[in-house]
Amino acid sequence: MIIDDNTKRTMRRLFRNPLTLIGFILILANLGMVLFAPLIAPYNPEEMHLPDRHTAPCAKYLLGTDFYGRDILSRIIYGSRISFTLGLSVVAGGLLFGTTLGLSAGYFGGRTDSFLMRLTDVFLAFPQLVFAMAIMSVRGQGFGNVVFALTVTGWTAFARLVRAEALSLRGREFVQAAQSLGAGTPRILFRHLLPNLMAPIIVQATMGMATPILTEAALTFLGIGMPPNIPSWGGMLSVDRDFMETAWWSITFPGLAIAMTVLGFNLFGDGLRDALDPKLKS
Amino acid sequence: MNGQRRPLLEVRNLEKHYVLNEGGLFRKKTVLRAVDGISFSVFPGETLGLVGESGCGKTTAGKCILRLIEPTAGSMEMEGEDITRASFARMREVRKKIQFIFQDPYSSLNPRMTVGQIVGEPFAIHGICSGVERRKRIERLVDRVGLSAESCGRYPHEFSGGQRQRIGIARALALNPKLVVCDEPVSALDVSIQSQVLNLMMELQRELGMAYLFISHGLAAVKHISKRVGVMYLGKIVELAETEALFSSPLHPYTEALLSAIPVPDPEIARERIILEGDVPSPVHPPSGCRFHNRCRYAMPVCRETEPEWKDAGGGHFVACHLR
Repeated sequence: MIIDDNTKRTMRRLFRNPLTLIGFILILANLGMVLFAPLIAPYNPEEMHLPDRHTAPCAKYLLGTDFYGRDILSRIIYGSRISFTLGLSVVAGGLLFGTTLGLSAGYFGGRTDSFLMRLTDVFLAFPQLVFAMAIMSVRGQGFGNVVFALTVTGWTAFARLVRAEALSLRGREFVQAAQSLGAGTPRILFRHLLPNLMAPIIVQATMGMATPILTEAALTFLGIGMPPNIPSWGGMLSVDRDFMETAWWSITFPGLAIAMTVLGFNLFGDGLRDALDPKLKS
Repeated sequence: MNGQRRPLLEVRNLEKHYVLNEGGLFRKKTVLRAVDGISFSVFPGETLGLVGESGCGKTTAGKCILRLIEPTAGSMEMEGEDITRASFARMREVRKKIQFIFQDPYSSLNPRMTVGQIVGEPFAIHGICSGVERRKRIERLVDRVGLSAESCGRYPHEFSGGQRQRIGIARALALNPKLVVCDEPVSALDVSIQSQVLNLMMELQRELGMAYLFISHGLAAVKHISKRVGVMYLGKIVELAETEALFSSPLHPYTEALLSAIPVPDPEIARERIILEGDVPSPVHPPSGCRFHNRCRYAMPVCRETEPEWKDAGGGHFVACHLR
């Protein structure tokens, strides 16, 4: 992307809102954990310190230990890798599939549009969690399967958004201008429609990171997401859910990690949407 | 006088009907007749004005010529070649010869492309020249419409309406077209800018010799620039003549009414203003016979029943009216 005056102005507007900055810092913190997990984690996340089971937060274990005596801080740091890569993969998949479908529906219109949008409606009619559970119970635990289940249920938001935007752009005269010059469909789609769709797509992608993180946590909590030996936030909640009263830290901190990450993406997404809204441009 | 020359563009019985609903067991099919059989020719290097109220189908007609809208019936010939059903590949070649200038300079330029990219897009699409050569040609075009060469690196939103329309004109001229369809190119601009842009267009025509099909809702703007003028009403052309003849002796009552609406800058001159009664009828249910009969002050019984013929009243002055 070209860094022009427009982009600079958008960046300035973006961070004028303190909430956006908080969101950005939360995402950065998350990214830091993802990239530097082996360097900052005090323990091996899978190492069990059996004599120290359910130790409250102290100098040795900053956030305490879980039922098997594993360090909660280390598990949260490593668990961020699952959440983040999963969010990215699901968003990338949904973006690719949803944008292709939405763009085709919006640009070609007519029967193509009706068919693709009814297909989208079918997928929207299922509650996401239940649909994902059904897929997981057929395919079994594992990262790839979680990505598959969440992509299959999560692309509809992109398709509908892109279709609506493409529909309104198609009526703009610059598209007709390109046609009158002799431009073919690929050129109109990729040079004229897509660049003008980037702003809403970026916003949707940022906000869309939150949903798969939450759903993965829910699936793993229910025992049909990630396998139990891999440190993931949903899995941590699942292991210690019976000890909520006696070992509050073993539930609270993983829960906070999920909440903060989701909050970060939502706040930043909101800020992005406001900053990229053309109506605010002066 | 145009008789011996071959027309550049010849449009015959062009129709564009929009089906509003397909109809069914108890519903009648409703069809909007945006353009309902119009014929005209444009000769090389001339300007043909096409005038009418909003909604009369003039823009639709203009867009049909470039096949931006697919016509329902009729035929169009560009330099003798039938382009009504031409394939996409054929049309691509034809589009080098016909270009379009849009009404709204704000929505007709892609906000994510620089001026250089916009003006250079015709070259990119048709694979004409590249690199330094292309940049030079773009700069020459931009300069020709009165913008500086450094505008090429800037985005459309940094320009005023008049400047944006100049960018649109530069884009339309890139391929050296023989015909430019101008869809109300100045009506979205401030009055002070309108004449500047019109003058630029006339200068360019003198220099490059292309023909204009100039679509407008006001006779006044068209008088300045056109050699001949066609007047449209409800999807039909009702009168077509040399500009002078049309303004000095209009034959159709509708043209007469339009002319009387042009303000005269001299308060001493008393003029009879013909106020048309009622609104333009809906193109879904056009009146029977002559479409203008319910608003015409000369209407006769025959006007209600039979559609007037399109006839030559002498000297290339065409009209469709029972009075003549």
